[in-house]
Amino acid sequence: MNTWVYIDHFKGEVLPASWEAIGAAKALGGSVTALVFGSGVDAVAKSAFEFGADEALVADDAALADYRAEAFASTLSALAAERSPDLILLPTTTRGRELAGMAAIDLNTGVLVDVIALEPDGNKIVATRPIYAGKLLEKTVCNARPQIVTLRGRAFPKPEAQPGKPGTLTQVAAKAEARTTVEGYSAGEGGVSLTDAGVIVSGGRGTSNNPALSAPAGMDEKAAEIWKAQEGFKLVGALAEALGAAVGASRAAVDAGYIPYAHQVGQTGKVVSPDLYIACGISGAIQHLAGMRNSKMIVAINKDADAPIFKVARYGVVGDMHQILPALAEAFKKKLGK
Amino acid sequence: MKIVACIKQVPDSAAKVVAQDGQVSWGDAPLVINPWDEFAVEAALQQKEAHGGEVIAVSMGGESAKEALKHALAMGCDSAILVSDPALAGVDTQGTAKVLAAAIQKVGGVDLAFFGRQAIDGDAGITPAQTARVLGWPMLGLSAVIKVDGGKVTVERSIEEGRQTVSAEAPAVLSVVKDFGEPRYPSFMGIRKASRADIPAWTLADLGISAPAPVVAWPELMNPPSREVACEFITGGSPAEIAEKLADKIIAEKVL
Ligand SMILES: Cc1cc2nc3c(=O)[nH]c(=O)nc-3n(C[C@H](O)[C@H](O)[C@H](O)COP(=O)(O)OP(=O)(O)OC[C@H]3O[C@@H](n4cnc5c(N)ncnc54)[C@H](O)[C@@H]3O)c2cc1C
Ligand SMILES: Nc1ncnc2c1ncn2[C@@H]1O[C@H](COP(=O)(O)O)[C@@H](O)[C@H]1O
Repeated sequence: MNTWVYIDHFKGEVLPASWEAIGAAKALGGSVTALVFGSGVDAVAKSAFEFGADEALVADDAALADYRAEAFASTLSALAAERSPDLILLPTTTRGRELAGMAAIDLNTGVLVDVIALEPDGNKIVATRPIYAGKLLEKTVCNARPQIVTLRGRAFPKPEAQPGKPGTLTQVAAKAEARTTVEGYSAGEGGVSLTDAGVIVSGGRGTSNNPALSAPAGMDEKAAEIWKAQEGFKLVGALAEALGAAVGASRAAVDAGYIPYAHQVGQTGKVVSPDLYIACGISGAIQHLAGMRNSKMIVAINKDADAPIFKVARYGVVGDMHQILPALAEAFKKKLGK
Repeated sequence: MKIVACIKQVPDSAAKVVAQDGQVSWGDAPLVINPWDEFAVEAALQQKEAHGGEVIAVSMGGESAKEALKHALAMGCDSAILVSDPALAGVDTQGTAKVLAAAIQKVGGVDLAFFGRQAIDGDAGITPAQTARVLGWPMLGLSAVIKVDGGKVTVERSIEEGRQTVSAEAPAVLSVVKDFGEPRYPSFMGIRKASRADIPAWTLADLGISAPAPVVAWPELMNPPSREVACEFITGGSPAEIAEKLADKIIAEKVL
């Protein structure tokens, strides 16, 4: 099988799901070619070799300095039309989805999106993907060529890098015709991104319910609730820090204005699959479970012993999260030597 | 300004969805407008309110999808079109994009076409980009902030790394994300108007295209392995004691 892997990066910063895709491509056997588009991206190609790519097709062009869907998709489609790979893998990132979709239209083929398992059948791939927010799984195939597949982050293991491993780098032409202009960029909040995170600590509506806390005088009811919730999220954040984890939230917490939407986990938030997910003051509504049920291990802290979150949790604590979280952060700091 | 909002009808997000005899079954759960598409309708309505014009809701689906279109009408869309044809059963996202693009072209003179980010049944999230590609229009995906000034559309895209500001000339395709802001509820007047609306159904023949040949197939549907695990409740005399025990358990599971 002749497999290409699109290396998704932002200003040279590679999204780790790209390396996972190289690992998945290697596991299929055959040759693995990394696609690196951008400006001044030799270092990205070098890393692709270290993570296992045999070859890299590099479109290095000032016109590709900023990601623009049309230019990147045309570059990808032109290469594929010329060189006919069997399979193109992309990480399921915002750019990966967009490029896969556009290239499929150009090449008159199909896309299998957000795949969690690949089985080769000759040169054909049978892919498994969750649908209905993970309530169902489907096996799916693409009957045209090339097969285009995007892989869910953390669904495939990240290969070990082999420092200094060489590969064949081939410069290819960029198709610069873009229909959009990039006018600016502002960084999101720092810290770990939820979809890449190995550990996530999430807070729900329970963050605002600390009976031991009274809001500063003069606040109206809503402001007091948000103030209390933000105090609650400080405890969530402190535990996350002790574990090197990312902070997540339920939709109820986001909708109530406790924390920005970027943190929302669930059907209309981020779908995550960390090794450890600690849900604090979250009831476990079906739409929340849809976003985190694939976590390797779930721990729940909730004052209601009947909360549905305990049905998917390996360990549970029935109690006030505001008392448990600081103690838990302390315990981990001590035991993990931080 | 002529604006289209593409909406899909899907089973309610709270539905218990299972595989039954190789088919998807959601029991008696209601079918609703795809929740992400309410944001697309909201964004479309705000542009109309700012610049004048009309908003046309378009859905491809069965007869029942008229209910989702009525929701869009009740929110304030001016008219609605159902694209429906028995030959579209089993269509994939590429085919959907071709059909929606043809419908947008038949509407004619469209400046902006709004989409949701993803349909919560198939969870693909690629139809907007594919429709843009079929139309040859610029794609402004995952827009959280949208400004239209003359023929120029500027959006803030919500990407992994933060916000990217991108502009393009209309006509353009936009997909809208949740941080755009809450969609409005249908008004009482809107609901009354929608209930009386006459929604035309366009067939493939009306669009002047033949059924797109599917390239993606779904040979097998499965229920995922059960997530239900026996929960071990950690108890103790004090938060510190509970925390101590819980931390030991978690460390022993080697998930850190
Ligand atoms: C279309 C649609 C999409 C949706 N998408 C999402 C989504 O993406 N993500 C999502 O999360 N939800 C989503 N929801 C909302 C979902 O249905 C729930 O409303 C939401 O998940 C509830 O959040 P919560 O668990 O924080 O709040 P609640 O359900 O109110 O639960 C709060 C929990 O905190 C506990 N608690 C209270 N005080 C304390 C305390 N001091 N210590 C410990 N525990 C405490 C309570 O016992 C309770 O179980 C969606 C809903 C719809 C209709
Ligand atoms: N059958 C359809 N009719 C109208 N719009 C659709 C249809 N399918 C998808 N869309 C639009 O495309 C978006 C993304 O869908 P998808 O790529 O299927 O996840 C949705 O949020 C809708 O705006």
